Amino acid sequence: MAKKGSKNTATNPPTSYSFTKEQLKEIEALKAKYPEVQAVTLPVLWIAQDSFGHVNPDVQALVAKTLDLPESHVHGVAEFYTQYFKEPKGKHVLDVCTCLSCGLSGGVDIVRHLEKKLGINVGETTADGQFTLQEAECLGACGYAPMMQITNDVYVNHLTPEKVDKVLDQLISGSTPDFESIAMPLVDSTHTTKRGGSNE
Amino acid sequence: MSDWKSYEPTLIPNIEGMHQLDTYRKHGGYEALHSVLHDSKKWPDPSSVVQEVKDANIRGRGGAGFNAGLKWSFMPPADGGPRYLACNGDESEPGTFKDRKIFEYNPFLFIEGATIAAYAMSITTIYVYIRGEYRSWIKKMEKAVSDAYDAGLLGKNIMGSTFSVDLVLHSGAGAYICGEETSLLESLEGKRGYPRVKPPFPAQRGLWGRPTTINNIETLSNVPGVIRNGATWFKSIGAETHPGPILYGISGHVNRPGVYELPSGMPVMTLIEEVAQGVKDGKKLKAIIPGGSSTPILPAKDLENLTMDADALRGAGSMMGTAGMVVMDEDTDIVETLWRISKFYHHESCGQCTPCREGTGWLEKILEKVVKGEGTSRDLDLLLDITSQMEGRTICALADAAAWPVRYTISRFREEFEARCKPSLVPVG
Repeated sequence: MAKKGSKNTATNPPTSYSFTKEQLKEIEALKAKYPEVQAVTLPVLWIAQDSFGHVNPDVQALVAKTLDLPESHVHGVAEFYTQYFKEPKGKHVLDVCTCLSCGLSGGVDIVRHLEKKLGINVGETTADGQFTLQEAECLGACGYAPMMQITNDVYVNHLTPEKVDKVLDQLISGSTPDFESIAMPLVDSTHTTKRGGSNE
Repeated sequence: MSDWKSYEPTLIPNIEGMHQLDTYRKHGGYEALHSVLHDSKKWPDPSSVVQEVKDANIRGRGGAGFNAGLKWSFMPPADGGPRYLACNGDESEPGTFKDRKIFEYNPFLFIEGATIAAYAMSITTIYVYIRGEYRSWIKKMEKAVSDAYDAGLLGKNIMGSTFSVDLVLHSGAGAYICGEETSLLESLEGKRGYPRVKPPFPAQRGLWGRPTTINNIETLSNVPGVIRNGATWFKSIGAETHPGPILYGISGHVNRPGVYELPSGMPVMTLIEEVAQGVKDGKKLKAIIPGGSSTPILPAKDLENLTMDADALRGAGSMMGTAGMVVMDEDTDIVETLWRISKFYHHESCGQCTPCREGTGWLEKILEKVVKGEGTSRDLDLLLDITSQMEGRTICALADAAAWPVRYTISRFREEFEARCKPSLVPVG
């Protein structure tokens, strides 16, 4: 059973959801980019999930009402895409890839390590609502296996049990790991180079 | 291909700060678009651009390998109504992790390529569909797109010309099937990603019923080079029938996995032994999956003299796919690896067509039984039978993508599967 532990619901889960004025403005701006309102279903579900931590049926209803679309449509879309959380999850959702290249490179060992460390099985949330552990299908980081994604955001690559422990400590202390710019291997030498992958 | 070490990358060149607009422009960036928009001698009309790209024979880098310029030429004449370019950055085929390198290291190359494509096909809006998991890279692209708008390289009257086009980034939300081009269109329209029946093809009826072309990110990133240096230059790179640079994504049991830009037609063994510096821990090579999980596995004995281009790989009994090569060492459990692949396709089947929805489930279930040592050799024949009930019987190619690995892995490594099975108590037949 997943514990309610999303960003703003840890203690008092709200019974109703609403978008802020800024979010409604953002949604209006999104609508202008497409010829039909329905096209913003996915982007608005993202706004909702980033804001409420999940898109349970109540949130789906809010999205439908905001966009003047049938609830059944929004529900159908939310159910189709794996990244939308249809129920509240832990504060941090750990998606460990165990697909092809990660499967060959120790992804399953990372899952077992996390299960032991967190005292839960894959698909479960810790009692304190901090972590949900999930197995993910290919996340497109095959060369940097094994890896995991943290709450639909940053990728952490080249995982070892020690690195996993560090990441957990970091998340518990309230910070998130930085974006890892993978150095590009050069074909003409044994060196690698950073070509400035970050924006700033 | 002994001179691969001196190859100069053009998609992800070794230039510090290339992801910044001023650096990109300093190194010739946007010269191609400028020439297309302003050099009316060289480019008298949009169709001359289509012709050049067609001549270059940029074969689609998303896996299908279709000539991009030829695809562009399928767009009907402009009628004043909206027309769309959908850029496919869904990149979800296991073993594939190349387009994110362009987003990170050379985003303006892709944006320039998409803008040239938009001009060539009289596109009114470009939608760039990026898989939702790539949030970090979507943020990088947001910055690049905003910089391009600020510099007058997107939006109204681009580079002072009469040409205008908008570019919209669109995030997916976790669905492999949305990399299938018509599923991508459904997803862009805000629906469940169910592939469409073809015909009508997207060039006739695409996004919101309007003419639409769908191209892969890497494919479009090759366009500025073709415009700047000409189709002849492009065709001089790599394999004759599949020319140009390729982003090879090498993963699995190698010492130096990663994305490498090299000419097409690289010898497989050079990629493994020299570029990726050999199989890890000094082990022997067992097999490779050459271009993403759906492309048939090739045992090590078939790799000598094999090159990475569509024709050579077809001859060897596989496919080029996305050039995402997965390398497996001698200790690899082939049975378990195939089960993982089947699990993936079962998870990702959209459920629209029965042969795929049911077939992928049965493939996974039966393979799980075999992995656990509970299968029989009859199960292997049953697996092969299921694949023949799936291939070619569905709206899109996901069923084929799920069936091929099963068919070819079992036929090429049958003894390993047999060794895992209990003897059949009932005779087959």
